[in-house]
Amino acid sequence: MSDANESMRDVKFWPGNVVIAEAAAAAGCDFFAGYPITPSSEIAAHMAAILPKKGGHFIQMEDEIGAMGAVIGASLAGAKALTATSGPGLSLKLENLGFGYMVEAPCVIVNVMRGGPSTGLPTHPAQADVMQARWGTHGDHPTIALVPAFHHEMYTETIRAFNLAEQLRMPVLVLIDEVLGHLSDGMVPPKPGEFEIVNRPMWDGKPEDYQPYFDDKGDVPPFLPYFEGAQWHTTGLNHDETGFPTTNPELVTKQMHRLMRKVTGNRELIDSIDYYEADDAEIGIVSFGSTARAAMVAIKKAREKGIKVGMLRPLTIWPFPNKQVEEFSKKVKALIVPEFNLGQIVYEVERSVHSDMVIKRINKVGGVPINPNEILAGIEEVA
Amino acid sequence: MSFDYLPYMRENHLPHMWCPGCGIGVVVKSVIRSFDELGWEQKDIAFVSGIGCTSRAPGYLNVNTLHTTHGRAISFATGIKMHRPDKHVVVISGDGDATAIGGNHLIHAARRNIDITVIVNNNNIYGMTGGQYSPTTPLGAKAATAPYGNLEPSFDLAKLLIGAGASYVARGHVGNGRQLAKFIKDGFAHNGFSFIEVVSNCHTQFGRRNKMADPMNMVKWISDRATPLKKFDEMSDSEQEKHFPVGVLHKDESRPEYTDTYSNLISSLQDKA
Repeated sequence: MSDANESMRDVKFWPGNVVIAEAAAAAGCDFFAGYPITPSSEIAAHMAAILPKKGGHFIQMEDEIGAMGAVIGASLAGAKALTATSGPGLSLKLENLGFGYMVEAPCVIVNVMRGGPSTGLPTHPAQADVMQARWGTHGDHPTIALVPAFHHEMYTETIRAFNLAEQLRMPVLVLIDEVLGHLSDGMVPPKPGEFEIVNRPMWDGKPEDYQPYFDDKGDVPPFLPYFEGAQWHTTGLNHDETGFPTTNPELVTKQMHRLMRKVTGNRELIDSIDYYEADDAEIGIVSFGSTARAAMVAIKKAREKGIKVGMLRPLTIWPFPNKQVEEFSKKVKALIVPEFNLGQIVYEVERSVHSDMVIKRINKVGGVPINPNEILAGIEEVA
Repeated sequence: MSFDYLPYMRENHLPHMWCPGCGIGVVVKSVIRSFDELGWEQKDIAFVSGIGCTSRAPGYLNVNTLHTTHGRAISFATGIKMHRPDKHVVVISGDGDATAIGGNHLIHAARRNIDITVIVNNNNIYGMTGGQYSPTTPLGAKAATAPYGNLEPSFDLAKLLIGAGASYVARGHVGNGRQLAKFIKDGFAHNGFSFIEVVSNCHTQFGRRNKMADPMNMVKWISDRATPLKKFDEMSDSEQEKHFPVGVLHKDESRPEYTDTYSNLISSLQDKA
């Protein structure tokens, strides 16, 4: 009885946005810069309250662009930095996000997705920024984006986002939506020590020998923050191993391929998939985030009717698990792709599988999430 | 004995990319002399810039240097200063970078009174992109995008920054490097947001379109108009129109500095814990 009381006391009834802020702090985040935007603002408000208590820093910047700049500046000075926004804010942050990829500054960007384009539906959910997250900033670039679906996952995936950002020295995105951000649900946050915290690989040689992009230990060059005696140069121009600009085609090619390899060469570390009722499935669903929760209900209802349906649910949406989706597709006669937009991730599914595969799209806009019965109707259509 | 600039420079990255006679050189020399006179250690300095000719300056200096996106230097600098309030953070920028695309960051950093020094090399033109008019191009002056003369009134940067809340505002010019170095050094030493406008020459992009293709002619045009503040205040309106005031235009040491305020918050919350 006392044990049960004890564990009940550990249950937190938090909105998803607060879960993310708490998880960031647990991951060691000591800097937040943001700009007010619905439906992400509670993340900033919570960070404003907890960071100074831990000796960290919060700042509300004058705009979204400045918030992304401040996050990267703090990261280069050694901080574990976070920002949070929603679709229009991510649009504004994209140029500096590209700068983050270019200079290899670890940081985490949370996008609480809402209806769009433009101002769209600020207080209603959507999953329509998936392609913006992948392709929004100009030029070729790697992308890691995580898409938790449950409260405990928003906690663990936020920590994983920081770990990946640090380990691979790059910005990492977390995409949730208004439903997850504002829904309060019970969860027991893991205690410190129950999860791994990874910090960026550090240069252990003499500061004067430091070259910020010299990569003899793999594709992730060790880091040395400013003010440690290295006096290194950071630029958004293509640069060589010393950090200084170059237009030498060979050096630029080498740099660009290394940036991409940080993701393509570390798939085992980055990929994360949850399979639900997939073993004997004859119909497959590929879905993510809050929509995947509706799909789980639909799968239960379909199985009650004797239809064997299962789901592949990526927790890492970028890089997209093309091979895993291909394998999954081979075991089923049809795939269903429910997503809360007019069709984005379905393009990745389509290019993962054989061209004669039956793929049923289930899409929706308008601010009211996809209902399990809408997915069930799709299942019955292809059954 | 002449001052040795080389210990502060990345000699292997010289020669620099600026045109012969460019005003930026005077600014960079003044910055280095000020570092030296204040005894700032190179490892303790972050020198941040945006995009443009002026923003290439950090690449040549042997301190922690950050060449950011267009207009955004001050926001990156804010992140650095917040995380490391014990270090020296300096931004160098051109008039287009700092006051057009970056204008929002400029006024808000001034409002916060965060201890960053912003030096704006105001040469009245976008130099690197080919001579387009900027927010400080004089009315009527010619530019690549103002072939019939500039139709837009220009900013008075010092007044803008005083209005925004900067606690140290000075204006110097490239015709008087010694005086400029004094303003920059004072700005560095000031605990709060400091802004130094440097009236500078871009004879290549501004001068050639406005009958001052020779750098010395353009520096003379600047020097002839530069007037000590006291003397400027005594001028008639019509005389003032032909001149600009130089000097420390505003200094307020009573305003709390932002990272000090934040550090006090941290201390007070930790005392309660």
